[in-house]
Amino acid sequence: MNAVAETAPPYADSFAALQHTRAPDWLAELRRSAFARFTERGFPPERAEDWKYSNTRALQKLRFSPATTPPTNLGTEAIAAALLQHPQVQRLVFVDGVHVPALGSKHAAVPGLRITPLDTALREHRADLRELLLPEARWDNDPFTALNTAFLADGALIEAAGNVQVTAPVQLVFVSTPHTEACASHPRVMVTLGTNVKLTLVESYFGLDGAANFTNSCTQIALAANSRLDYFAVQREAQGDFHVSRVYVSQRERSRFASHVYNLGGEWVRNDLRVRLEDAGASVRMDGVYLADRSRHVDNHTRIDHLVAYTASDELYRGIIRDRGHAVFNGKVVVAEAAIKTDATQTNNNLLLTRNGEIDTKPELEIYADDVKCNHGATIGQLDEQALFYLRSRGLDLDTARELLTGAFARVVTDRIAAEPLRRFALEQLASALPQVAAEDGA
Amino acid sequence: MLSIKNLHANVADKEILKGINLDVKAGEIHAVMGPNGSGKSTLANILAGRDGYTVTQGSVSYQGQDLLAMDPETRACAGVFLALQYPVEIPGVNNVYFLKAAYNAIRKHRGEEQVDAVKFLGLVKDKMKLVDIDTAFLNRAVNEGFSGGEKKRNEILQMLVLEPRLALLDETDSGLDIDALKVVAKGINALRSPERAMVLVTHYQRLLDYVVPDCVHVLAAGRIAKSGDKSLAAELEQRGYDWVTAGASA
Repeated sequence: MNAVAETAPPYADSFAALQHTRAPDWLAELRRSAFARFTERGFPPERAEDWKYSNTRALQKLRFSPATTPPTNLGTEAIAAALLQHPQVQRLVFVDGVHVPALGSKHAAVPGLRITPLDTALREHRADLRELLLPEARWDNDPFTALNTAFLADGALIEAAGNVQVTAPVQLVFVSTPHTEACASHPRVMVTLGTNVKLTLVESYFGLDGAANFTNSCTQIALAANSRLDYFAVQREAQGDFHVSRVYVSQRERSRFASHVYNLGGEWVRNDLRVRLEDAGASVRMDGVYLADRSRHVDNHTRIDHLVAYTASDELYRGIIRDRGHAVFNGKVVVAEAAIKTDATQTNNNLLLTRNGEIDTKPELEIYADDVKCNHGATIGQLDEQALFYLRSRGLDLDTARELLTGAFARVVTDRIAAEPLRRFALEQLASALPQVAAEDGA
Repeated sequence: MLSIKNLHANVADKEILKGINLDVKAGEIHAVMGPNGSGKSTLANILAGRDGYTVTQGSVSYQGQDLLAMDPETRACAGVFLALQYPVEIPGVNNVYFLKAAYNAIRKHRGEEQVDAVKFLGLVKDKMKLVDIDTAFLNRAVNEGFSGGEKKRNEILQMLVLEPRLALLDETDSGLDIDALKVVAKGINALRSPERAMVLVTHYQRLLDYVVPDCVHVLAAGRIAKSGDKSLAAELEQRGYDWVTAGASA
């Protein structure tokens, strides 16, 4: 055809460099096979249904090097806006994918809760690590998961044995910093809750001004019977940052998972969140807020599998699209034949504020069982004229009134967070992107 | 304070107001009455600057300024307040946050200092006692899930806090039981002062049992068909609107 030279597959250089680092055989093999899978599959083709509205061309064009040494001059004040304030918070901080112990919290360990940086676990050759990392890594032949596994090096293991109510929230902060050469990081987070465990987990993806990196994160969550995880993932990366995230959740009997995913930053963002309700009584609350402004691209694909009878899901995603932003929402709910008495609700509301903005929303319900209660709805609208007039008639100028209503549209989602201090933290994070959201309750 | 001259206005090409003339002086309370569809609410909404109305003729002057040329927020900052017939529910906006934002917006316009949360809360709590609103209301979303009576009381609370120069009340009394009506009347009377004017748009005479107006006007088919003192309201209550409107549409 034309004179395009045969080029090495993307990430080949980085992967070759990684081969030179010491690793146990099983890990080296795990990485090798994952990289082979990634190379074979490549980036998602443009015609792939799941990628119809999210073109990876820009991501493919960029070359990222792995970050090897984290900047030593970074202090907590630079990331203060991302930090959850709590007297007992258990925090790990990663800079461009690399764990930086100095930036973490120094609070006493919580009985029953084990938090281990992945690099530490690998260095110490933890015996069960192989069992932990192997089984789910081949998820759906997804190239980004394969890429994450190929570069598996850092992240966190969060494990709670049975019967603990952990009041101290856990926060993982992933900071993207400016470099002369953009870098890619592939954090892996594994969360395992035993029976009757209650835990709050925050994942914060934060970018410093001028950063233009690629974060390809993968979080795997396993919830045992009667456990409860309140999960808040907030993505506030820099204007040039790329972000792909995969979150896989499996839920056993009567476990509850409350997920709150906020996309407030970055340049190009694609999230896939998949939940499997594997036993009776398992339930999921799946909420999200996305802001697609400037030229930002934000794509949220969610999937909930109701696999057995008596499971419930309640999903609410709200998006704000303005300037030349482009948002995509695809919410799939699958109710298996055996999953009678499923109770599933899905709502996606979008505020399209500019002519040049774009939203592609697609709810997908696949129901193979009888006797279920399922409903879904997607809306695209503008600000309510009546409400605008009402605010203006009380003295608020038009811009303030618009901002207030825009913030309120998102805040409705935040107000569904039952757990404190999570709700308050979520409000603060929301207020960082939408200034007219009252960060404090009341006046 | 307010001078309306030969005001004609359309809603979707249909003429609703057909030449209204009305003068309201500071310190006065005027009641605008009339049957459904006579243009009462249209008049109130036009004065507050709501979209959807086209003024085809006439003028409105407020404190010597051309009211119709002003944005709704400019009118509010200049002291015009409309208590809505159907107050809007705004999920996600905290009631007291909204009230404080409005209060400070108006203060800013006047070149006055902003009031902080603590001070503002003290101020609001005093006013709340007057209208018998529970403090729990403050932290709820604006009007969301409020009963009809609660919404109207919330309007009166806003009015008491914002202390307008010209208050327009659009059927604030409709749908209220007698206790709520008394509370609303108490709020209105509390605001009565020589510097302030009020226009009460109402369908029934019963609010006027508690708030004594200086003038009563009957609107019929887009014009003021009859004006009088408070005794006119009592007469309307007895005789209905027909004897006035019959003359107007002729």
